[in-house]
Amino acid sequence: MESDKIKKLIDSYFEAETTIAEEQEIREYFRKGEVAPELQKYGPMFDHFAQAKEETYTGSMPRRSRKKIYSWLSVAAVIGLGLGLFLENRYSEQQQEQEQEQAEYAYQQTRKALQLLASNLERGTEKVAYLQEFEIATEKIYNNP
Amino acid sequence: MVTIANQPEMNQSEFLQAVMPVKDKLYRLAKRLLVSKEEAEDATQEVLMKLWAGKKNMSNYRSVEAFAMTMTKNFCLDRLKSKSAGNLKLVHTNYTDSSPSLQQQVEARDSAGWVSRIMEELPEQQKLVLQLRDVEEYEFEEIGEMLGMNPTAVRVALSRARKAVREKLLEKHSYGIG
Repeated sequence: MESDKIKKLIDSYFEAETTIAEEQEIREYFRKGEVAPELQKYGPMFDHFAQAKEETYTGSMPRRSRKKIYSWLSVAAVIGLGLGLFLENRYSEQQQEQEQEQAEYAYQQTRKALQLLASNLERGTEKVAYLQEFEIATEKIYNNP
Repeated sequence: MVTIANQPEMNQSEFLQAVMPVKDKLYRLAKRLLVSKEEAEDATQEVLMKLWAGKKNMSNYRSVEAFAMTMTKNFCLDRLKSKSAGNLKLVHTNYTDSSPSLQQQVEARDSAGWVSRIMEELPEQQKLVLQLRDVEEYEFEEIGEMLGMNPTAVRVALSRARKAVREKLLEKHSYGIG
């Protein structure tokens, strides 16, 4: 009888001495539903294992996009940062040039002003020398009445 | 281990082909350990992400499966550990000691549901060997590889686990009848 064979299989099943094929045979026996009364108590066990095997994962699978987006994002970030630094550099270079020009201009202006002053000073000393001449002359006149 | 070196990296469809047949097994293992469907899905997703990130080293299909199962087991056990360390009890254990809830009563009527509840109370190693053998139908050698045990130890643990379920089931069964 089939149930005698199954009963023996179940006994060795609990000793973990059955093969996978034999265990499938036991599950199949319970699945068919014509279970001998003395074996019915084991039914829930094999039913549960069969049911449990039916469950499937319905969550999402990893997609390449997430990682790809990150790598493109990092490339974009590097480009952005580089561009920013480059422009900043150019800007400060321009500013430096401008400052240099301004300094040069200021220097030239100052030089001009100083030269003007100097030439005027020279002219001043000339005049002073002239004045001195005049003083000598006046003294001559005063001392020789 | 030997053939890995010169394998080109898998692309996405190759990866999915290797992982698709395994993902349900990973999920069922996670659910056996974590019980909650949401947490099991979460864990499965984490493991798949990790596999995808480490796909460079995946070339041998057979070992991918064992590797993924081991990874799932470790991930779930870590999660359980950090949970009990944080004094966060799993929701399902919160109502075991009170009078039977409606859900419990419903489950008690569904006899295959008994076994699911009985298995929740088993030690983790027994849950694992039952899940891997009686649900997923792995050989002892494969289970040994996944759990880091030798095949004889797997056989012993499995016999113990099956007997433990039987004992609890017969208790419930006689309640139901008497």
